[in-house]
Amino acid sequence: MALVDINAKIPNNVDLAGDRRLQRALEQWQPKFIRWWEDLGPSAFKRNPVFLRTAIDVGRDGWANFDHVEMPDYRWGVFLAEPEPDRKIAFGDHKGTDVWQEVPGEYRSELQRLIVVQGDTEPASVEQQRHLSLTAPSLYDMRNLFQVNVEEGRHLWAMVYLLHRYFGRDGRDEADEMLERHSGDADNPRILGAFNEETPDWLSFYMFTYFTDRDGKYQLASLRESAFDPLSRTCDFMLKEEAHHMFVGTSGVTRVVQRTAELMNEHGTDDVHPHGGLNLDLLQKYINFHYSVSLDLFGAETSTNAANYFAAGLKGRFQEERRDDDHLLKTSYRDVPTVDGEGADSRIASREVTQLSALNETLRDDYIEDCRKGLDRWNRTLASAGIDFTFALPHSAFNREVGVFRDHKVSPDGRLLSNGQWNESVESWLPTADDRAHVGSLMKGVTEPGVMAGWVAPPAQGIHQKPVEYDYVKL
Amino acid sequence: MSSAEATATPTPTIDFRTSPDRYHHWTTSYDGAIATVHMAVSPDHGLMGDYELKTNSYDLGVDIELNDIVQRLRFEHPEVKVVVLTGGLDKIFCAGANIQMLAGSTHGHKVNFCKFTNETRNAIEDATANSRQTWLAAVNGTAAGGGYELALACDEIILIDDRASAVSLPELPLLAVLPGTGGLTRVVDKRLVRRDLADAFATKTEGVRGKTAMQWGLVDHVAPASSFDDAVNERAEARASGSDRPTNVAGIELVPLRRSIDGDTVSYDNVIVAIDRATGTATFTIDAPSDPQPTTGDQLAAAGADGWLLSTVRQLDDAVLHLRFNETDVGTWMFTTVGSADAVTQAEAVLGSDAEHWLVREVRLFWARTLKRIDVSARTLMAGVEPGSCFTGTLAELLLAADRSFMLEGTWEDEDDPPPPATITLTEANRGWYPMSNGLSRLETRFWKRADAYDRAAKTIGSALTATEALDAELITFAPDDLDWHDEIRLALEERNSFSPDALTGMEANYRFPGPETMETKIFSRLTAWQNWIFQRPNAAGPDGALRRFGTGSRPDYDPNRV
Repeated sequence: MALVDINAKIPNNVDLAGDRRLQRALEQWQPKFIRWWEDLGPSAFKRNPVFLRTAIDVGRDGWANFDHVEMPDYRWGVFLAEPEPDRKIAFGDHKGTDVWQEVPGEYRSELQRLIVVQGDTEPASVEQQRHLSLTAPSLYDMRNLFQVNVEEGRHLWAMVYLLHRYFGRDGRDEADEMLERHSGDADNPRILGAFNEETPDWLSFYMFTYFTDRDGKYQLASLRESAFDPLSRTCDFMLKEEAHHMFVGTSGVTRVVQRTAELMNEHGTDDVHPHGGLNLDLLQKYINFHYSVSLDLFGAETSTNAANYFAAGLKGRFQEERRDDDHLLKTSYRDVPTVDGEGADSRIASREVTQLSALNETLRDDYIEDCRKGLDRWNRTLASAGIDFTFALPHSAFNREVGVFRDHKVSPDGRLLSNGQWNESVESWLPTADDRAHVGSLMKGVTEPGVMAGWVAPPAQGIHQKPVEYDYVKL
Repeated sequence: MSSAEATATPTPTIDFRTSPDRYHHWTTSYDGAIATVHMAVSPDHGLMGDYELKTNSYDLGVDIELNDIVQRLRFEHPEVKVVVLTGGLDKIFCAGANIQMLAGSTHGHKVNFCKFTNETRNAIEDATANSRQTWLAAVNGTAAGGGYELALACDEIILIDDRASAVSLPELPLLAVLPGTGGLTRVVDKRLVRRDLADAFATKTEGVRGKTAMQWGLVDHVAPASSFDDAVNERAEARASGSDRPTNVAGIELVPLRRSIDGDTVSYDNVIVAIDRATGTATFTIDAPSDPQPTTGDQLAAAGADGWLLSTVRQLDDAVLHLRFNETDVGTWMFTTVGSADAVTQAEAVLGSDAEHWLVREVRLFWARTLKRIDVSARTLMAGVEPGSCFTGTLAELLLAADRSFMLEGTWEDEDDPPPPATITLTEANRGWYPMSNGLSRLETRFWKRADAYDRAAKTIGSALTATEALDAELITFAPDDLDWHDEIRLALEERNSFSPDALTGMEANYRFPGPETMETKIFSRLTAWQNWIFQRPNAAGPDGALRRFGTGSRPDYDPNRV
């Protein structure tokens, strides 16, 4: 790649043109990335021009450039938010000292691990969603899917940049491995369990972008607090793009709820399945599922790893600097859930631990609070359509595979159950094979500009001031 | 020891460079093939602190002079075939390490001190065994603790039988510690004292005298005061006749070592040590010779102390000791070399081609001892091989001594005129010129019980290996290219600097010496490790422990629990 091309091909604000060392590293990796995109990226519409947003700078004008682009030609760039002058470490044992511009050898392996785990999720979700374009409910949605996909790809680039720039050969090897692990591959799976589940349909996609990408938002936000400044600035910029993914989820589910309400009112029935819609209780089951598996992504209630990361300054809390406490957390306490007693006598209780050891739980709490906002919105949609139904988040102990509740069966309203009780009711709480089959039966691709599939309402407006009927993907 | 450590003030630089005109504690007299070293410690010339060096007790300063004596006898006195070590005070041979000095020292200093004194005693044995300069102990008075251990380092012990003088190892009953310079090991492994008698001996505060000492094997000869000198002379003459050292040959003077310390840089003529305090790293840079070096032993002697082989090893030896004692928080030593690999090959060739020459032998043994000093140093050892370096033969030993080595794969791509890629070359030097304390070469130790791997590496002797080839031959650890080089090394150094220094020392010492046990490995591992543990235990070092109670008149109060 000639020097003059480099900034055009890989938009960046990390002086790539002036860093031959990094250029050579990225040049070796880029063909592997393109090959991975061809093999495991979107399986259809690969060469159709898509109306995509491309970041070519971090400034107000630069980060959102819209144009039709064929995805393999998308300019995956490397951007870090502008440096904050004289930034100090805000928490942990190094609090008050200058942030780090290079990786301290002492924390090399921990930082690398954090970046690899975060980075691994980015290509994983592209793989999970690779067949969805075939069943997109509209060109508008297909475009949104591709936008999410290319930005997940860019987030991979962002993490790979850090690995290449700061972690030497180990970092390069890890960057290669992120393209070698594949979602759902039994022998070579993605690191986190939730990223090995296929995203089989568009309802799941909306739910995934609402609940699971929101976990990503909280992870990125806590990494944004990192004492390792390049990681902090990278995550800061990624959060801007992540906001769009949230939007796809929030608006997607809202549109489904809205369409269901329309069908219910039109046909005077709760059961809109015969009319090509999705029943509210089915939507609640999908919420239950996606929410509970996303809660697992935050890890166990108490964690020495998380405490170590915090004390070392590697990973803070959500909005660390806005919090009014000592930012050391060794002498302040909070409750975490626990299960007391045995068998029929067991009950959900709480125990007090240091804030420092409960950081996962604290981040999960922040996430839960944020999740409620979407539910409020969906409930308002129902209320304004005159429908008497309220979506609710299940209890945080429901359907958990990680943490203190992993060995317990808990109902969505927080009652400890026997296995028998659980089995009796699970079909009313989590999507069944029939539910999934019904959702699947509605998944028919719609490619006429402006037309929506029958189970989802059109969006209130298009993208970037374009009308909903715009040809977001040129066929 | 914690309160002592807390109140210890920064000590002035300890200098290992000395010469007879500056000695306080020793004199040497020469009589043809026999030299006599008299120990007469000056009580007022302790190296540090306000202890008195009574009754021929020693501190580090006394031992620095002894080390210098051992060296000079080898290099400056080829004609000396026997060295008689004797006490210069009335009725006292040597009372061992000074207890007040030990009680007032930090744990770290005690350990460092013991290591150095052990090395000097090993050097005495090395002189006897390999330089054919036999050391005899003329124990003309009481030899207690470290005093008897000094005698144990000699090849024969002649004890005066005056009904009073005894040899003893009273450390355990008196101080609740172990003899720190190899006494326990040498009693059973060298002198072959039966272990039950050795047990009785080491728990007997007053020690063993005269004939009993001989019967138990603790000494070789006893002689009454009236004939003691004759007995010593007789033994000295007898041993002198068995030596192959030359008679009418001039030695070479170990001229003062030029050294300058400027901030964090320690500079010698061929060795520079640059300290980076942030990562706790000292980078050694060793220069290859720039002029053709002697090709015969006689030429080597003519070149004297300025010849590259001898001057470089002297500088390296001093640098190692300087860092060990004066830069204790610099935990990693990174070895680098600069210059022509061919020049190193040319310079070391004489060590193989004229190996019987007395001075050639001495230079080789000196390198062997200095490399062993590096092996037993409580520091992380790393080596970095870059273009323009000369890790060849003798200098490649540093690569093999390292806990981890890095070699640049390829060259500096970004330079306008990139240098040729780095290479390393094994030579015959790596096949046994410089045995480790386990008796094996570093190459044999590296491939312990892996004959195929050893053969594969040995086959490369004489070939300049690129990084890829060196990896194949298992001679280096990692071969980053220029993209990664600086980060890899920085991260490795920073990471190392973040680990517990104690745990690192323990891990490194365990990994460095696979293979057989020798007396030296036992002294540096088993004995030292036990001693260092005991030194930290309350029974020795606690407020009611023996070290604190010694000399106060009150008995120590031991915790009876065995651990």
